[in-house]
Amino acid sequence: MATAETSPPPVSEEIKVIQDATCTFCGCVCDDIDLKVQGHKIIEAKRACVLGTAWFLGHEIEDRPMCLIRGQEASVAEGIERASQILTEAKYPLIYGMSDTTVESQRVAVGIGDWIGGLVDTTTSVCHGPSGMAFQGVGEVTCSLGEVRNRGDLIIFWGANPAESHPRHFTKYSLMPKGMFVPRGRKDRTCVVVDVRKTKSAKAADIFVQIKPRKDFEALWTLRALANGVDLDPEEVERETGQPFTVWTDLMDRMKAARFGVIFFGMGLTMTRGKHANTEALMALTRDMNKHTRFVCKANRGHGNVSGADNVVTWRTGYPFGVNLARGYPRFNPGEYTATDVLARKEADAAMIIAADPMANFSQPAREHLKSIPYIAFDPKETPTTRAAEVAFTVATYGINVPGTVYRMDDVPIPLRPAFDSPNPSDLSILNGIEKRVRELKAAEVN
Amino acid sequence: MAETFIIIPGRTSRQGAGISEGKFKQNYQDEITQLQVAPEDMQRLNLQPGDWVRVSSESGQIEVQIKPAKGGELPPGLLFIAYGDLSSRLMGADTHGSGMPTSKGFDVEMVALPDYKPTPAT
Repeated sequence: MATAETSPPPVSEEIKVIQDATCTFCGCVCDDIDLKVQGHKIIEAKRACVLGTAWFLGHEIEDRPMCLIRGQEASVAEGIERASQILTEAKYPLIYGMSDTTVESQRVAVGIGDWIGGLVDTTTSVCHGPSGMAFQGVGEVTCSLGEVRNRGDLIIFWGANPAESHPRHFTKYSLMPKGMFVPRGRKDRTCVVVDVRKTKSAKAADIFVQIKPRKDFEALWTLRALANGVDLDPEEVERETGQPFTVWTDLMDRMKAARFGVIFFGMGLTMTRGKHANTEALMALTRDMNKHTRFVCKANRGHGNVSGADNVVTWRTGYPFGVNLARGYPRFNPGEYTATDVLARKEADAAMIIAADPMANFSQPAREHLKSIPYIAFDPKETPTTRAAEVAFTVATYGINVPGTVYRMDDVPIPLRPAFDSPNPSDLSILNGIEKRVRELKAAEVN
Repeated sequence: MAETFIIIPGRTSRQGAGISEGKFKQNYQDEITQLQVAPEDMQRLNLQPGDWVRVSSESGQIEVQIKPAKGGELPPGLLFIAYGDLSSRLMGADTHGSGMPTSKGFDVEMVALPDYKPTPAT
């Protein structure tokens, strides 16, 4: 069986430089990376962090088939046909992932979900989904990273460890840059880290507040009470949060005295007991602080285009993740229509996984059910999810081989500047093929 | 004897870089298969770096090698492991109506396995 649809063009070994390339590994989406490219390999990524360097240098072209059906080499056309059959024959199909691909691909994936009457969920549901729920409850006072860079003089990281997850966060946006209203950069900013562990980020902070595990909610409501002039019992506060009352009053004094305060929060809040109640408390605290001064908050988003997934699913369905399209109109209910739930409860009978690896990071019951149903997987790399897929496509890498648009963690759209062509197809081209074929099969059902 | 701890699975830069290098490669596999323990807990339980322990939650159990947490990163009573297959095996499926399983800060029991011999990977 042929694996290539057309003969690949000859590869030039001459070194070329791509200026201001965009790194799509994490939500910082740094768009100032200069790449040296030789043939099908990036040999240098100037200004990239440790994660960005691994991203650019690790995505060379691998010698793998473009498509596998049940582990056997197949053509992309055959893969599209089988994928379309799986999706149209299913009663409760799930489309999941999408945080590591372009908004152009996300748009088509949601469209397929609509045609097949399936569930559409993204990796947001297992990262900042609870923040999305809190956002709907209390709203989010927020800003762009550019405003943080130019104005932020009190920067709080809560349950977030950017030193490991977003290594250029400090230098590009939040701590080190000299901005319009913070001309001396780091010297004009105070950094506070609140966490249960003394992480690498804590070592970059002026003040580290180590709270008891699973007590974020109590700590945040302590600050809300202080912001609103509510009397508290100091002994109870210390017993609940693990920190003396004076630590919290000192922090509140600093928060009130800030000219532009910022809270970046991470999965220390969303993945811990309380989840959306934790993030709701943080967003409400941010809102409260605006009675005293200017204060904003922002989720530190992980994947390169997970913010794009939220945006695209929202503008296509009205909801950001966990959307059920089975009745021909969108319904949103986290816990009922989210991926890990419908898999662990053995409800989904087919799935299409785009640029995500649930076989590595979902709960065991969810993984066992996913392995038992026919599903389609898209990834540039071999992963536990592609290995167990009925149809696995090896696709070109977004931002390295594929152009398009991604959304930075502050919802600012950023264009991609690819480094070299891949012999593998883009997920967009395959998704377009699947959407076309799904529509044909659905039309045939009606007729 | 088994003792109760709180485990915090999380991102490390080595685990993140390992994703791009390949999930079946050594760097990633090494990073996601080591449990960090506070040095005070290791001393108290007479554990050495590289020892095997069994970690059990309400939802699953894993056998894993330990290493001491560096630079005071972990207070006694807390464990840390990089996100990956092993951390997911400990996680429950219930999302409490949120779509998000409780993936950090849940109780586990840890017991030393002095005579444990891992099954070679096939």
